[in-house]
Order: sequence, then C-alpha cells, then structure tokens
Amino acid sequence: MAEKNLDAVGRFLARQGILVAFVLFMVGFSLWNPRFIDIDNVFGVIRSSAILGVMALGVTFVVIGGNLDLSVGSLMSFSAIVVLDLHENPAFGPYLAIPAMFAMTMAIGALIGFLVGYLRLNSLIVTLGMLSAIHGLTLTWSGGQNMDIANQDATWFGVFGRGTALGIPIPVLMFGLLAAVLAILLAKTPFGRKVYAVGGNGTAATFSGIPRARVVFFTYIISSFCVATAGLIQASRTMGAQNTVGQGMELEVLAAVILGGASLLGGSGTVFKTVIGVLILGFIQNGLLLAGLEFYVQFVVTWVIIILAVWLDIATKRGKLWSAIA
Amino acid sequence: MTEKTPVLRLEGIVKTFPGVRALDGVSLTLLPGEVHALMGENGAGKSTLMKVLGGIYQPDEGQIIVDEQPVVMSGPLEAKAKGIVFIHQELSLATELSVAENIYLGELPRKRFGLVDWAQLEANTNKILKKLNVGFNAKTRVGSLSIANQQMVEIARALTVDAKAVIFDEPTASLTDAEKVVLFEVIADLQSQGVGIAYISHRMEEIFKITDRISVLRDGQYQGTVNTAETDEEGVTQMMIGRKLDLSRNESHHELGEVAIEVRGLSCGNLYEDVSFEVRRGEVVGFYGLVGAGRTEIAETLFGLRNPSAGTILMDGEEVTIQSPADAIARGISLVPEDRKGQGLVLGMNCRDNMTLPQVGDLTAGPFVSDGAEVAIFDQYRDKLDIRTPGWRQTVGNLSGGNQQKIVIGKWLSMHPNVLIVDEPTRGIDVGSKSEIHNLIRELAAQGYAVIVVSSEMPEVLHVSDRIVAMYMGRIIRTFTSEEVTEDNLIQAISGIGGGKAA
Repeated sequence: MAEKNLDAVGRFLARQGILVAFVLFMVGFSLWNPRFIDIDNVFGVIRSSAILGVMALGVTFVVIGGNLDLSVGSLMSFSAIVVLDLHENPAFGPYLAIPAMFAMTMAIGALIGFLVGYLRLNSLIVTLGMLSAIHGLTLTWSGGQNMDIANQDATWFGVFGRGTALGIPIPVLMFGLLAAVLAILLAKTPFGRKVYAVGGNGTAATFSGIPRARVVFFTYIISSFCVATAGLIQASRTMGAQNTVGQGMELEVLAAVILGGASLLGGSGTVFKTVIGVLILGFIQNGLLLAGLEFYVQFVVTWVIIILAVWLDIATKRGKLWSAIA
Repeated sequence: MTEKTPVLRLEGIVKTFPGVRALDGVSLTLLPGEVHALMGENGAGKSTLMKVLGGIYQPDEGQIIVDEQPVVMSGPLEAKAKGIVFIHQELSLATELSVAENIYLGELPRKRFGLVDWAQLEANTNKILKKLNVGFNAKTRVGSLSIANQQMVEIARALTVDAKAVIFDEPTASLTDAEKVVLFEVIADLQSQGVGIAYISHRMEEIFKITDRISVLRDGQYQGTVNTAETDEEGVTQMMIGRKLDLSRNESHHELGEVAIEVRGLSCGNLYEDVSFEVRRGEVVGFYGLVGAGRTEIAETLFGLRNPSAGTILMDGEEVTIQSPADAIARGISLVPEDRKGQGLVLGMNCRDNMTLPQVGDLTAGPFVSDGAEVAIFDQYRDKLDIRTPGWRQTVGNLSGGNQQKIVIGKWLSMHPNVLIVDEPTRGIDVGSKSEIHNLIRELAAQGYAVIVVSSEMPEVLHVSDRIVAMYMGRIIRTFTSEEVTEDNLIQAISGIGGGKAA
C-alpha cells in the first residue's frame, strides 16, 4: 500500500514537478532571506520578467509545434531599434511607428515560418542564421548607433514600459493579458490542438488532413508578434535602446519554456507552465542577486538550469536518471 | 524431457504498473534444445515478461532462475553475460559500420596500444557467419544488406557469447518466405546445440512448424503450456482469447450499390502504371501483392498524398482532382494508414483528441473546440468498436496495438466517409482483435461503405474481400471475384507468373 502511495507521489511529481520545485524554492529562499518575499521584491521580479515572459509565450507555440526559435533575442533588438527610430521620424511619430514596427517584425517572423514550415528546413539552422542576419539588419538600420528618444517628456510612448493601471505596471498587465489570450488559443481552439498534433507527430497530422506547413508558419507568426510586443515594452521602458538589447535572451527564453516542461521534441507544454518557468527563472536570478553574487553569474546559472531541465525531462520519460538507451 | 535441467525458469513473476497488473504470477520453463513459443494477444504481457527477463523492469514478486541459480537481472548486458540473448523485432544496428564491427560492437578485440585487432575481428566474425551459412562476409557494410540479412547479423551477435537461451521477438515480421527458411535452419541449428529458444510470434503456421511447446498468456495471466504436437490452431486460439475464431472465406453477398469511386489509367511515375478499377458501395475490394507492388502508393494517391502523373479519378461518376489529404477528406475519402504509430496516431495525445483530429476544426462552439461534441464522438465509437481503455484521457501510446488500431478506424469512421481505404489493417495485431477488425470491415460494407483493403496477408484478403485485385510491379495483373479466386491462382498473379489478362 505504501508503495502504491509512493507511485502516486511519483506520478504527481512527474506531472506537476515544476510547481513543486517552484514552491520549495520560494519557501527555502524566503526562510534564508525574508527580503525575498517582500511584496516590493516580488512585484519587482514579475515586472522585470515581463519582457522575457512575453517572448517565452510565443516560443512556447514554436516549441510545442516541434521547432526552435533562437532568433527571438536578436529580433527583439530589431523591433526596439525600429520603433524608436520611427518614433523620432516626423513622418511616422508614435501612432504609426508602433504598427509599422509590428508589421516589419512579423514579416521577418513570416520569413522564418516560410523557411521552416513550407520549405521544411531545420529550425535550429534557420533561426540561428536569422539571429545573425537580423543583428546585421539592426546594425544597418541604426548605423551602429544607439537609439534614443530626444524629448522624452513630449511623448506618451513611455506608457508601455513605465505606466501603471490600477496600481499594476503596464508590462505586467500586458504579459498577463497576452498569456491569458494565448493560453485559451492553445488549449481551447482547433488551431491549438493542431499545434500539439503537428509537434507530437507531424506525419500523423498530415495523414489527418492537417496542413502542417501552415500550422508551423503560424507558430512563428505568433512568436514574432510576441517579440514585437516585448520590443515595444523594452523601448518604451528605457526610451532608448542599444543594438544588442536582446542579445542572449533567446537562451533565457528557451530556459523558461523548457523549465515550464515543454518538451524539445514537441507536442507537450502549456502556456501556464511557461509562465511558471518564467517566474522561476526570474526568482532564481533575483535570489542570486540578493545573495550578493555578481549579475554575470546568472549567465552560467541559466545554462545550468537549461541542462538540468532537459535532463529532468528526459529522465522522467525514461523513468530513471541515467540510461544507456534512450 | 523431465530429466533435463531447464536453462531458464521464471517462477511466479508479478509486475504491476499503476492501475494494471501486467503480469500476474507467470511461470515458464525453458528446456535446453527446445523451441518454446510464447503466445498471447497484444497486451497479454509478452513484452512485459521479456522486459523483466532482460532486466529492463524489475519484477514485484517472483524469481528468474538461470541454470537453477536464482539471479537478479540489472539490464540487457547482464542478461547477455548470463547467456540470455534477445533478438528484437526492431533492428538495432549501426548501418554505416561493417558486419564485423556491428557484431563485436563494444567488445572489439584489441592489440597493443588499444588499437583494434582487425585480423582477429575478421577471423572471429567469419567463423560465426559460416555457422549461419550467409552470403555476406565480415567486411560488408550493414546498410547494404537486406532486412533479412540484417536480422542474421543480429543473430550472429547473439552467437558471440555462449548462449544458453535465445529469445526471438517476432523475427519473421519483415522476412520473405525464402528468408524465413534460412532463419528456421539457424534456429534448428541452435536447438541441436542444446540452446533453449523462446519464440514470440503471432503467426500460427510458423508456430506449428518449428516449436515444440507453446505457452500462452492472457491478460497477464499464465494460461498453461501445451505440446505443439498435441494441439491445433483452434486450440491455441481458444487459450489466447477464450473463444473460437471465424476464419472462413467471405461468403456474404448483400446487394451492391452504385460505383463510389472509379480510377482510370492512373499512373504515378514508376511506382505504378495504368491502374484502373472501381469500387461500389457495399463492396470490399482487396488489393493483394508483394511489398513494393504499388498498392500503398495507390492508396496514398487517392488520399491526396501523392500526385498522379496520368489518369483520372472519378467519384460518383464525376471527375475529381485530389491534391491534399484535406481535399480527400472533403470528398469523403478516409485512409487508415499502414504505419499505425508513425502515420495513424499522435502517440502522446489522448484517445479522444486522436479520434477527433481530422474534424477538430468543425467541432466548435463559437471559436472554441466543443468538449462535449468530442466526448460524444469518442463515446459513440468506443462503444461501437469495443475499444478497451480506462477513459478518453488515456494516452494512446499506452493502449495495446489492437485498441490503437480501433482508435484509428474510429477516427475515420466518425468522418462518415464514402470510401474507406484500410492499409494493412491488422499488421502487428493479435488474432483476437484481428478477427474483430475483419468482421468490422464486412459490417461496414454491409452498411453501404465502399471499402478498399490493402493487405499482404492472403488469409485476410480472402476472408474480407468481394473482389481481389492482384498487383505485380506496379501493374494490375488480374482482378478476381471471390468465386474465382484460389490461393494458387492468386499467388501466381502476384508473382508475375502467367496469370490471365485483367478480367
């Protein structure tokens, strides 16, 4: 009987392990340093996670569809630079800058979606290449210069990054709203079901009449929409941006998505779990700072987290921590 | 027989998984020099038993006894070291390496400085290959061998140790008749050397040809062991499924309806050429031929997965073009594909979602998928097809082969097709489910479906078809009615020997 209970516990951990780990981590850290769960600190973490989180929402669709997107960091830099530059351009101004930036960012997303979905090129290669290509594009656009809004008091553009509504920071609201909409899209609509089917077994999806290429294409459209949103928040918050503002974020985003339990093989994961993954990553990085470690340590830690998350994913599927055969 | 010391004994093996008692006190004795068949429907516990034996699972109760010594198996390598060798259905060879390298993979002979002793390797390998009497040598690249010969390499691998017991898991699944003969010779040879052979297969004719004793599992329980000479197919089947099986020819003749689909002069590159046939409502047309005869390719063309290079397809007398599976589905064509796991199912998805996948876009309430409509469809076809699953939330990958196939069939029946194509509907499925699926196909025809059955199994084609199309090398050789057809003239037609013009 005890064994049966253990079994049940094991299955619960396998399914909800990420939540349990999150709770344990929060409790442990709070006991060690009460400042950790200080309400201001908690809100600070959520707010600083919003940009990463918005990007992770889109990448969740790509990963569940069985592909990768390593171009999101680079694409976010592009969208931030573009929206700032157009904002300063008298022909555009804030009203036109934002839709124009979304259109351009999503056009790049469409190109990736075309290459991966319709031409069926390997997504790792395509998006790794796009990471570099988009960076080049950004530098060409900006001439290598940082972008700044000259007269910051004269524009309402800062509202997306700095504003609050009902006492909640706008970035957090946008993250929450987008998460809710995308969670419903993924869990409740035919499109969401098709994403799972294509990622779970693309051939079987094709044999069921599902247009695999189109589904993959739209996962990248969603991803680029999220990236554009993140770029908008970023640009608005700082009212200026470097060409490399999103550099390295692709790995953090991927870490959050995998940490949330989406399998790199595709076909599994949820928006809610990704949100948890984002928060865990944010709180870990925050915890490290509170512990007095250098900011740079987080790059190492992020990588360690990715490895651990991938290992746990594989280990729970195999039912043991180590195995000679997959 | 009784004086011999068993090479391997299993005693009261119990293995439970959450919610399932997969093995319930199974005992088995393998004597030296015997071929011992292990039979049972899919899901009866055969593969779980083998995994326990190979140390992949640890039993909850019971003992494994090798040479009268109780042992604990920690994994396949330890099993091999103890002389228990597995020949798996799915090959696990490195195709870019040579035969010799594959056979001694992980234990290549070494000389000074840890370099591979190639001369020694080749000599050892050729010695083993000679025993197997095969037409290739140590240096042949494995990728260039036929599937049968690759299987021989797997067997050769088993012979590198002093095997006490060799377990064959469905070894003939992908072999031709000639290749089977060679395999059986090898088995006889092992037998004469006093090796105990456990032989897992669904194929009755093989079981009765080569085995000495038969043990049967049903629902994880040991049903007993019989001497092969003292039983027959019916007896074994009854042990396996607890009832009798109907294997008679199809003799039902209900009224046929209009022509549902007609194909004229259809060609697709060099896959098949100038193919013409028609299928009426209420009719089952069987497509029989060797692997590579072009049958599956025709099915895939009708389902929009391949574009024909010539010819026309007519549905209800009207010419149609089918460019994608979505087109085919819209025209009422359904395909139950030959590779259930690769093409038919998303194994990680639950039963309901798999079943409703082709129509999920239509099962909506507002913009959302309607849970209720989906569950209703699942319940309906679960009852209709007698799908055994704890509930619709069950992951399809956890079902037995027969139940998985029923999910695929249910998925396509729920589309209410005009034309139902089933490709190898019972491949890898146990006898019990097999006959259920055969009955189902007949029943569907009686309800007015036009059914095309592609199969490589003659009894199946004979059993279910009203007419049989025999194919050879991409061409239709002859079309038989169920009255004209005999095993002989059918075999001749699909081998390209003689055979009249299309009737």
